[in-house]
Order: sequence, then C-alpha cells, then structure tokens
Amino acid sequence: MRDTAMRTGLTVTLRQDAPIALDVEFAVAQGEIMALVGPSGSGKSTTLRAIAGLHVPSGGRVACQGSVWFDRDGGISVPPRERRAGMVFQSYALFPHLTAIENVAEALGDIRPEQRQAQARALLERMHLDGLEDRRPAQLSGGQQQRVAVARALARRPDVLLLDEPFSAVDRVTRRRLRRELIELRRELSMPVILVTHDLDDVVRLADRMCVLNGGKILQTGTVDEVMARPATPLIAELLDLAGEEAAEP
Amino acid sequence: MDWDALFLSLELGGLTVLVLIPLATALGRWLAARSFRGKPMVEAALALPLVLPPTVLGFYLLVAFGSESWLGQIYQRLFGASLIFSFQGLLLASVIVNIPFAVQPIQRAFEAIAPDLRDAAATCGLSWWRMVRRIELPLAWPGILTGMVLTFAHTLGEFGVVLMVGGSIPGKTKTIAISIYDRVQAFDDVAAGRMAALLLLISIMAIALSYALSQRIGRRHA
Repeated sequence: MRDTAMRTGLTVTLRQDAPIALDVEFAVAQGEIMALVGPSGSGKSTTLRAIAGLHVPSGGRVACQGSVWFDRDGGISVPPRERRAGMVFQSYALFPHLTAIENVAEALGDIRPEQRQAQARALLERMHLDGLEDRRPAQLSGGQQQRVAVARALARRPDVLLLDEPFSAVDRVTRRRLRRELIELRRELSMPVILVTHDLDDVVRLADRMCVLNGGKILQTGTVDEVMARPATPLIAELLDLAGEEAAEP
Repeated sequence: MDWDALFLSLELGGLTVLVLIPLATALGRWLAARSFRGKPMVEAALALPLVLPPTVLGFYLLVAFGSESWLGQIYQRLFGASLIFSFQGLLLASVIVNIPFAVQPIQRAFEAIAPDLRDAAATCGLSWWRMVRRIELPLAWPGILTGMVLTFAHTLGEFGVVLMVGGSIPGKTKTIAISIYDRVQAFDDVAAGRMAALLLLISIMAIALSYALSQRIGRRHA
C-alpha cells in the first residue's frame, strides 16, 4: 500500500502497554542515521524489532519509502520477510552452518545462482572480507562476523538499515575500526539508518540525529549536537552522562 | 541363526524410521515453536510409550487394531485383511511405540536453535519453507539423526508390543527379539547367544555412528 504522507524515508509511530510500554514517534530521512539511545529496557530494541516486523505492537504505524508496513487502525501488518528491512542483530545471528558467502547469498532473494555468487562476493569485498568467503562464522573473528552481518543486511537492497548494538560484542580496538568502516560505508548508503546503541561515542561519530528513550517514551529528539549541548531535562542530561560514562569505560 | 527374523527386524526398523521420522520432524518442530495451554498434556501423551509396560501398550494396540475397533474395520474394508498379526499392524505399532524416541531428540534440537536465527532468516526475506529447509533442518540434523538411530535400535530390540500385536508368525511377524526368546525357551543357548551378540553389535554400531556424526556436525557449527 502506498503512503501519501511521506514518499521517502521512514516514519514510525508505536504504541503499546505490554510486554513493555512503548510510546514513540519519529521520522528518519533518506541517507540519515538516527541513533536510538537509552538505558537497558528503554524500548530501543523493541522499536527496532517492530520496524522490522519481528514484534507486532498493539498500536501505531510504520511506513517506509511510501509503503505502509504496519497500520493497526488500517489492519495492515506486512510480515518481516516482505519488509525490505536489513537488520544487523546484536548477536549478528549469522547462520552457523553456512559459510560467509552463503550467509550473504541467502538474503539475495530469487536470482540466478551465478549472479547470486557474484553479488554475494562483491558485497563481502565491499566489507573488506575478500579471501574469507568460504569460512563459517565460527572461523571468523567478532569484527569479521559483524562485517558479514552488515553485508547480509545490505544484500536485501533494504529500504531501511537497522543496526541493533552492532559494536557491543567486540573489543574497543575492533569497535573503533568497525566504526570507521561504517562511516565510510554510510557515504554510499542512501536509505534511512537506525542505530540502536547505549554508547555515546557511537552516536557522536556516526549519527546525524538522536532520540533519547527511557521507559518506552521518547524524551528528546534532535540533531546530535543539539541534544548533547542542550538536554531538555535533567533526566536526559543524567541519561546522557550515564551513556557517556559507559562509553568511556576501558 | 534365524536369518528370516533378522531381516524382518531390519525391514521393520528401516520402515519405522522411514514412516516415523518425517512425522516426528514435523511434530517436534511444531512442539518446539509453539506454546499453548495443553502442551504439557500433549507432551505427556507422546512420552507414554517410555513409561508404559510394553505389554500394557501392546494390549491397548491389540484392542485398537482388532476387528471390533473402527481402525481394524476400516483396514479390513480397505485391504481385506486383519491389521493384527500382520506386518502392517506390526509396523503401525512400531511407529506408535517409537514416537517418544524420535520426537524428543528432534524437538530438543529445534528448541536449541537460537530465536535470533529465525528472526534473521525472516529479515533476510526467506520464505517459511526456505527457512525450514536451509536453516532449521540442517541445524536440527544431529537431533534428527539421533531420533533415527534410537528408533531403529529400539525397534530391533522391541519385544512385548511386537509379541502382543504381531504374534510370532515366522517370516511375517517373528522378529529377532522374539526368535532369541524362542531359542532360550528351547534351551538353544548357542543360537540365542549368537543372535543376541549380533543385535548388541548392530545397536552399538548404530549409536556410535550417530554420536560420531553428531559430534562432527556439532564441531562444524560451534
């Protein structure tokens, strides 16, 4: 179904009381990176899962690139496999029995086998994984696994890219390197990107705008500079301080 | 050595695996994926053959397959023969008796698949069938293999139910386990010993093969 309200980008409105309360509303433009920041249990991951269709909230609306993916009132709930949402999971969720290239190829849809191989190989090269195509996830480092997960998410030619704590399972050195790579990659990406993180370093270096969440509610939305410089309430300042402290931990 | 009984047992074991494993895979996956009110009751019913004395189970199956039962009557009408004391009846009984041996390891294997992987498959755009075929079945394969081996080995050794439902008709329903019993009754310890040793060997080989393959697959996925 085409959405006349917003033909590009992503608009999200989510409401629910259980299993965790959620009352969020935001929009992300084409090519923009929006960071969702907040403590554990604030609803960041649930929001991401609801956009991907992995969680169905009791109310709200999700529209992407002019297509309505979810509309409670309109009785629309497009299944996740039909939403073009590329998702990088916190655990990466790579298929452990498949090689790196097979993991990426799975997400390429119904195309000819030779095309499938070539495209998967190109995506792995783009993520600096050439030479590692035939390794299974267990034979890759944490950083390499994360890059396979990003390549797999991009293989769908997604309308939105969802990154759920993509750097949380790697050490600080790898984290910095992956962050640099993502900064390079974002120049080539034209879709809206949502980055869930509790690390302010990620936000400052990667995001254009940020949403501060707590208890399932958005406390403040704005450009990163704006929110960091002028937190709207003492609670937001406190949450940002906490996130900053976590980011500074060795 | 009663070769007829040995081949009949191997045939029964092989066919039981062939019939039961697809059903047990579907049932195991369903039980692993669903959570519903009466699930413990369903699981308890499926596990019953583990705890019921084989003669009790055999008695109920004898009644259920008999000419007075609806199942026995339908079979009689369709095939013009009795379900009890037939190989087909024996096969059906064997499938029922082996349900927990097949379903439980398969269910556990599906339960062990991380939910994130199913979510990842969905966000990758995989259809339900492709997700099952490409992701779930290969990951659950060690459990399916264990179910196959347990079913096969247990069928070779099943005695009480086989005797109740199949009788002991040579070449038709007399399995190697019954033949061993017959030989012991006839004080032919040498023949009984040979058959028992062969059964032991086949069982050990089957289980060792299952462990070795499961470990190999486990190492590949670790």
